[in-house]
Amino acid sequence: MKRLFATTSILCLAAGAASAEGTLSVYHWFEYMPQELVDKFTAETGIAVTIDTYDSNEAMLASLKAGKLGQYDVAVPADFMVAIMAGEGMLDTFTPEEMTNLGNIAPQWLDVPFDPGRKSSIPYQWGSTSFSVNRDVYQGDISSLGIIFNPPDELKGKINVLDSQNEVLILGSLYLGIPQCTTDREQLKALSDMLVEAKQHWASFGSDTAKDVLVSGDAAAGMIYNGFSAKARAEGANVEYSYPREGHVLWMDNVVLLKDAPNRDNAIKFMNFLLEPENAAAVTNYAAYTSGVTGVEPFLDEAIRTSPENNPPADAAPGVFAQVCDDATQQLYDAIWINLKK
Amino acid sequence: MALRSVRHYPGFLAVTVLCLVVLYAPLVVVTAYSFNDSPSITTWGGLSLRWYVDVFTGPEAPRFRAAAWNSLSIAFLAATIATGIATAAALAMLRAGKFKGRSLTFALINLPLMVPEIVIAVATLIFFTMIGFTTGYLTILIAHITFCIPFAYLPIAARLQGIDGSYEAAARDLYATRAQSFFLVLLPLMAPGVVSGYLLAFIISLDDFIITNFVKGAGMETLPTAIFGSVKQGIKPNIMAISTLMLAVSILFVTLSYFINRKGR
Amino acid sequence: MAGVGSDSGASAETTYRSARVPLLLPTWLMIGVFLVLPVALMAVYSFLTKEMRGGVIWDFSLAAYDQFFVHRGLFGDEPPTLEWTYISVFGRSIIQAAIATVLCLLIGFPTAWFIATRPPETRGVWLFLVTVPYWVNLLIRTVSLRFLIRENGPLNDALMGAGVISEPLALINTDFAVQLGLFYSYLPFMVLPIYAAVERYNFTWSEAAADLYATRWVTLREIVLPIVRPGIVAGCLLVFIPSLGAFLAPNLLGGAKNFMIGSLIEEQFKKSLGNWPFGAAVSMILMSLVLILLMIYARSAARQEAR
Repeated sequence: MKRLFATTSILCLAAGAASAEGTLSVYHWFEYMPQELVDKFTAETGIAVTIDTYDSNEAMLASLKAGKLGQYDVAVPADFMVAIMAGEGMLDTFTPEEMTNLGNIAPQWLDVPFDPGRKSSIPYQWGSTSFSVNRDVYQGDISSLGIIFNPPDELKGKINVLDSQNEVLILGSLYLGIPQCTTDREQLKALSDMLVEAKQHWASFGSDTAKDVLVSGDAAAGMIYNGFSAKARAEGANVEYSYPREGHVLWMDNVVLLKDAPNRDNAIKFMNFLLEPENAAAVTNYAAYTSGVTGVEPFLDEAIRTSPENNPPADAAPGVFAQVCDDATQQLYDAIWINLKK
Repeated sequence: MALRSVRHYPGFLAVTVLCLVVLYAPLVVVTAYSFNDSPSITTWGGLSLRWYVDVFTGPEAPRFRAAAWNSLSIAFLAATIATGIATAAALAMLRAGKFKGRSLTFALINLPLMVPEIVIAVATLIFFTMIGFTTGYLTILIAHITFCIPFAYLPIAARLQGIDGSYEAAARDLYATRAQSFFLVLLPLMAPGVVSGYLLAFIISLDDFIITNFVKGAGMETLPTAIFGSVKQGIKPNIMAISTLMLAVSILFVTLSYFINRKGR
Repeated sequence: MAGVGSDSGASAETTYRSARVPLLLPTWLMIGVFLVLPVALMAVYSFLTKEMRGGVIWDFSLAAYDQFFVHRGLFGDEPPTLEWTYISVFGRSIIQAAIATVLCLLIGFPTAWFIATRPPETRGVWLFLVTVPYWVNLLIRTVSLRFLIRENGPLNDALMGAGVISEPLALINTDFAVQLGLFYSYLPFMVLPIYAAVERYNFTWSEAAADLYATRWVTLREIVLPIVRPGIVAGCLLVFIPSLGAFLAPNLLGGAKNFMIGSLIEEQFKKSLGNWPFGAAVSMILMSLVLILLMIYARSAARQEAR
């Protein structure tokens, strides 16, 4: 009996050793992590990384629900999706002892509403969503969301908005000064009417194309993510990113530990690796957003560190995260979106 | 009236030229921008080969190589198998008399056309998971064969419908077995339909993103799934370079087949 | 078909009767197992209760079909009337797909004819030339097309340079751009089947018609078209049906301002609406429509054969 026990524990050890230098399965956004960083992780740990990619939070959720949960160790959902996945029981938790680099997380991102106390997720990159304007076309004041929702004549018919329910409806709500997840009929009706009215002045809905339409000149103004706008500027478009006075949308992509992760230990190693300032900075230099890790500044490219898109003016109105509404309320927002795009 | 002139319709040449211009004009853009020095696909920054260098030696080069290989091998296998299946089905549908369930089979063959891709994608993934298939190369191949069948079938059937039965009858009168008369008489007559069907199945498989993205396993990539990396970062010119390389490969095939054809004559 | 083509002996029509089952077995197996079963599952899903943001709860519900057909207002408390939202999405998609199909036919038929009348050894090359562009991914082709037709793009520059127009054409983000994109996405699917049918055409029939003083266009209409009809029908099916569910061209070229069938369904599975039963129900309704269309075609083809 004792021998059997010994054999078993040796087997367990062997299995442990194998997984320590084994593999890691990452479910990630397209083009969101530099290959050099993946190679560095493999060089440091001997763990071979396979990456599978998705193109929207919902596509990731759909394919995990359709049966891929248990195939991946980590995924990179946005803030509201972390809350949804946690609610669905799709996330595993880690302890502070395991996540030795937990202390590297910037204080304001340590205790977040979508993962209180950071038990399942670590920050990957965060940024904001508002709009940019081509300054060759329009030189006026761009400090209000009215540029998108009640545009001046110069911009009418030349506006691209993100093809994303969350961003459009939250920015619209900010413009009207109504809270998220409201159930007040008058407010919802006003939001719906305002959007339908504004849509006449929009040229297109497009998320993937948000940068290209600004660079090519197809659109003179457009809702956009801050890092994306920085890239448009880097490509030569004279665009200015606005932090409007009504507020803007904040988002954060997070690395989460998935339930039934086949290589849980390696996933923890990977997450710790991403919390090293140098590695977090490498992602930022690649993606042009902002990391949620302290001490990254020395490793950042100068252009990224000082970009106006990543550094809101001191007096900018605060940003808001997308809230997860209850099902009945969400139905109303879905109906507004369908009505807008019917 | 001479034979040539009944074949000739005024304006058809012009339309063909127009057709080719329309087909190739966007490719001129793709090729031109693959040599663009700027990291943008909408502004011009001078001539450069940097994106080709990036495709072959850049950090993502192994990924692109694997993706290109997967795409081409899956398209080749899926088109070949689907064309075989479709040819057999066409014979049964058009050369085996009337039978019960013929309309139903016709609908079945065309079913992959009728179901929106995203629905096939989600449904197939759920199904594979239910029966315990691990997603990977094989699941992509199975899914591709399935949705390629109607694209191969329709041109083959259209062709077979126009083939006079007397050729086969003559072959059978000369004591050819059914297999002999198929391979020596019917198949050569069907060839344009089979080639058309094969080509359509091939490009449909090569192009598929939605279904592949759902049924592929971790670490598996095809060119479309590698290319759709545009979402967060915008399309980079190295994708233009890859596309141009794919064009070059396909034109190489055309040229080769032309010369093989001529030599064979 | 009946007139010219069906002088085929009854024996050839039934040559493969005894082999029918083995010939059809691969098709039945592949599509039956790997498509019918998953689609049947989706059909079941369309009658289940939605889970918010994707997924289903296994409780029977007609909510998806109710949402499609019955209008109850934003807050669901108005007296029920017929819902036009989704019917108009279908109408819009059908019109766009139909226009794209006609465009493909107008350009594709002459092209197929031209290729089929080339010397036999060059036909293969022409066919390849039509499919070569499709080695480049549809996304890239569509983005490039967008680049070509945009307001200050090469097409407008060229037309203005040639003095054809004085103001740039506003093509981008219009219905016409969507039709152009669909046309461009599916052109070979029209050309190749028609080619396969025309190649078989016996030109002595045209000569006979010409001897009887029929003009070329009369010959085309009265003799050629009926004979190559199977190819035309196949081409139209291959262009029309995929166009119905397409979303890349509408999104990238049309500006995605209004749902098309493809984007409506996609939004249920891949985007924020996340309503699987509704997405499944829309697919089932689309499938039923196309199925009815196909059955009508199959019946009429069968009747023609019987004649």
